[in-house]
Amino acid sequence: MKIIQHRKIFFTLSAILLTFSLFSIFSYGFNFGIDFKGGTITEVSFESERPTKEVVEEKLSILDLGGFSVRPSGENNYIIRTRELSLEEGERLVQVLENPTVERQNTIGPVAGVELKDKALKAVMLVILMIVLFITFAFRKVSDASSTQTNRGVSSWKYGLATVVALLHDIIIPVGVFVFLGHFYGLEIDLLFVSGLLAILGYSVHDTIVVFDRVRENLRVNRETKVNEEFEATVGRSVTQTLVRSINISLTLLITLLALYFVGSGATKDFALLLIIGVIVGTYSSIFVASPLLVTFSKFRKK
Amino acid sequence: MTSWKHIWISLSLIVAFGLLGFFVVRGDGFGGKFPFRFGLDLVGGTELIYRADTSNVENIPDAMESLKEVIERRVNIFGVSEPLVQTETAGLASGSRDERLIVELPGVTDIKLAVELIGETPILEFRLARENTQNILETNPDASIDELFESTGLSGRYLSRARVEFDQTSGAPLVGLEFNKEGSELFAKITREHKNEILAIVLDGAVISAPVIIDEISDGVAQITGSFTPVEAKELVRDLNYGALPVPIKLDATKTIGATLGEQALDAGVKAGMIGFVILLIFMVLWYRLPGVVAGVALVLYAILSLAIFKLIPVTLTAAGLAGFILSVGMAVDANILIFERTKEELRKGKDVYEAIREGFVRAWLSIRDSNISSIITAFILFWLGTSAIKGFALTLGIGVLVSMFTAITVSRTFLLAITFGKMTPLKKFLFSNGLNFSTNDRQLTTDKKQ
Repeated sequence: MKIIQHRKIFFTLSAILLTFSLFSIFSYGFNFGIDFKGGTITEVSFESERPTKEVVEEKLSILDLGGFSVRPSGENNYIIRTRELSLEEGERLVQVLENPTVERQNTIGPVAGVELKDKALKAVMLVILMIVLFITFAFRKVSDASSTQTNRGVSSWKYGLATVVALLHDIIIPVGVFVFLGHFYGLEIDLLFVSGLLAILGYSVHDTIVVFDRVRENLRVNRETKVNEEFEATVGRSVTQTLVRSINISLTLLITLLALYFVGSGATKDFALLLIIGVIVGTYSSIFVASPLLVTFSKFRKK
Repeated sequence: MTSWKHIWISLSLIVAFGLLGFFVVRGDGFGGKFPFRFGLDLVGGTELIYRADTSNVENIPDAMESLKEVIERRVNIFGVSEPLVQTETAGLASGSRDERLIVELPGVTDIKLAVELIGETPILEFRLARENTQNILETNPDASIDELFESTGLSGRYLSRARVEFDQTSGAPLVGLEFNKEGSELFAKITREHKNEILAIVLDGAVISAPVIIDEISDGVAQITGSFTPVEAKELVRDLNYGALPVPIKLDATKTIGATLGEQALDAGVKAGMIGFVILLIFMVLWYRLPGVVAGVALVLYAILSLAIFKLIPVTLTAAGLAGFILSVGMAVDANILIFERTKEELRKGKDVYEAIREGFVRAWLSIRDSNISSIITAFILFWLGTSAIKGFALTLGIGVLVSMFTAITVSRTFLLAITFGKMTPLKKFLFSNGLNFSTNDRQLTTDKKQ
C-alpha cells in the first residue's frame, strides 16, 4: 500500500469532492426545516384511500396559507409544510382535508427558530475549537520529540492543523451532498441534522487520532531504538498498521447505520443517511488526507 | 495460575450482568419501579412550550417553581397519565436569559383542549361555605366547588401580599394575609356579615385552606390558622403570592404526535437496533474468531449496562436517542477492535497469547482514551445545546461512549485473559489470529525490537 507516495491522487479526489460540495452549498443554499425558520408541519394519514397530491394541494389552496408544500410519506401519509399556523388554522387545515388522522402537527415560532440556528452554529464552532485544543494538548509530547530529533516528525500544532483540515473536509462533503439531495429530494436541515454533523465531527477526529497516535508511538519507538527512518516512511507504516482497524470500525458503524437507515423509523432516516456519508468520508480522510498531509507539512519545513 | 483468577472474575461478571439484564427486561417488581421513559415522539402525545415573561419578577427561580406547580395542578385535573411539566432556562451562555415552561402530555392529541386548559391564568378566590354543606356532601360526595361554596367576589386581585408568621404562644406557623384598600373593605364586609362561617381559600378550583371567620377584620390583615407544617405554610404563601399574580406565559411552540406514528417509530427503532446488533456480532465472530466471541459477549453486557443506566437516571428515550444508542453500539466495538489488532501484532512478534493480550491492552489504551475524549467533548456540547430531542441523542451517545470504555477495559480484558489458559496449540493460534492476514512491515519492527 503506497498511500503516502500517491497522496497527490487522493488530494485531487478530495479537492474535486470539496469543489462539488461547496458549489452545491452556495448555489442551492440550505433547505431549512421548521426547527430553524419557524412554521407548522402537519402529517396526516388517510385510512382508506389516499387522495392524489394535486387534490390535496387544491383543497389546501382555499385556505390563506401562502406558500406550502405537500410531500407523500409512507403509504397513507402526507407531510404538509406551511407558515406558522394558529391552533384554529391548524384545525381548519385538517377539516379542509375531510378529517384524516393527524399523525403529528408541530408549530415553532420564527423567533425560536432563529435563536436555535444561532445556537447550533455556536455549538459546531465550539466543538471544532475544543477538539483542536484537545489535540494540541494530547500531542504536546510529540513536539518535544521533534525538538530533540530534528529530522523526525513535525511539531504538535501541525497535527492539530492536519486534523482540522480533515475535519473540515469531513463536514463540508456530507453537508454538500445533503444540500444537493435537499434540493432534489427535499431533505431538510433541522436540529437532528446539526447533531448528526456534530457526531460526524466527533467520529472524524476519533478516527484521525487513532492513526496519529500510531505515528506518535512509532516515532517514540524509533527514537528509543535509535532507528533512522524517514518521517514519510514512519507515517506510511503507521497508516498501514492501523488500516485494518480503520476499515473494520467503519464497517461496524456502517452495519448499525444501514440497519437504522433501512429498518429504523422515518424520523431518523435522513439522519442515518447523513452519518453514513460522514463515516465513509471520515474514514477516507483519516487514511488518505490527514496522514499524507502530515508528510506534506513536514516537507514544507524542510524547504 | 493467574488465569483462574480471571476465570472466576469473568463468571461473577456474567452472573452480575445476568441479574442486571433481568432488571432491564422486567416490567414489574423492582425493574418495574424504574420503567423506561419514552419521549413523546415514540408514544404519541402533545408537547407545549411556553415562554415566561419574567421581566417584572424579582425571584425568577421561585416564580418559575410556583408557575410549574400551578400548571401541574391543572394538568392533574385533566387526568393525563404521567404528565411531565418542567421549567427550562435557555440561552444562559448566549447572554439572553430565557425562561421556558415545557408541558408534555402523553396520549393527548387534542392540542386545542390542552392549550385552553393550561393557558388560563391561575385564579385565587375566597369563597363562603354554603349553609348546608354537610347535607350536600352526604347526598353527593363529588359535589363541585360551586355547589359547596358561594363566591364572595374577593379574589387574588385584592391581595397585596402573604407571608409566613408564627403564633406567639404556641409557635405554630401561620399564614398572614394583607389586602389592598379595596380588598380590605370587601374583606371587612364579608367577615362582619358571616361570623362563624367557613371562608375557603380556593386556588385554581381546589380548596387549599378553609378557616373559620372568628371576628370582623377591618384592617385588611388576616391570619390563616391551621395545622400547617412550616414547609406547608411556606408553600401556601408562595402559591398565594404567585398564584394571584403568576408569571405571564406565551405559547411558543406546539407538537403533537399521533400514537400510531410513535408506536411505529419505536418498533422500527428497536428492530433496527436488533438487526444491526446481530449482524455486528456475526461480523465480529467471523473476523476475530474467539476474541470476536468475547467482543460479542462484551457488547451484550455493554447493551445491558447502558439500558440499565437509561432506566435508572432515567433518560428519556426519543427517536434521536435510540439512534444515538445504536450509533454508540457501533462505536463500542472500536475499543475491542483496537485491542485485538494490537494483540495480533504482539502475537506476530512471537509473544505468548497471555502476554500479547496484556501488551495489546496497554498499547491500545492511549488510542482508546484520546479518541473517545473527542466523542465525549461532542456529546457534552450537544447536551448543552438544549432542546429535548438533541439532549436525548447527546445523553445516550455520551453514556454509550463512557460505558463502552468501561466494558472494554474491564469486561473484554478479563474475559480474554480468562480464556488464555493452557499451552499454545495450532488450534488456539488459529482461534486467536484473525481476518485475512494482511502482510505488513511488522518483520522490520520485530528486528528493531531485538536490537
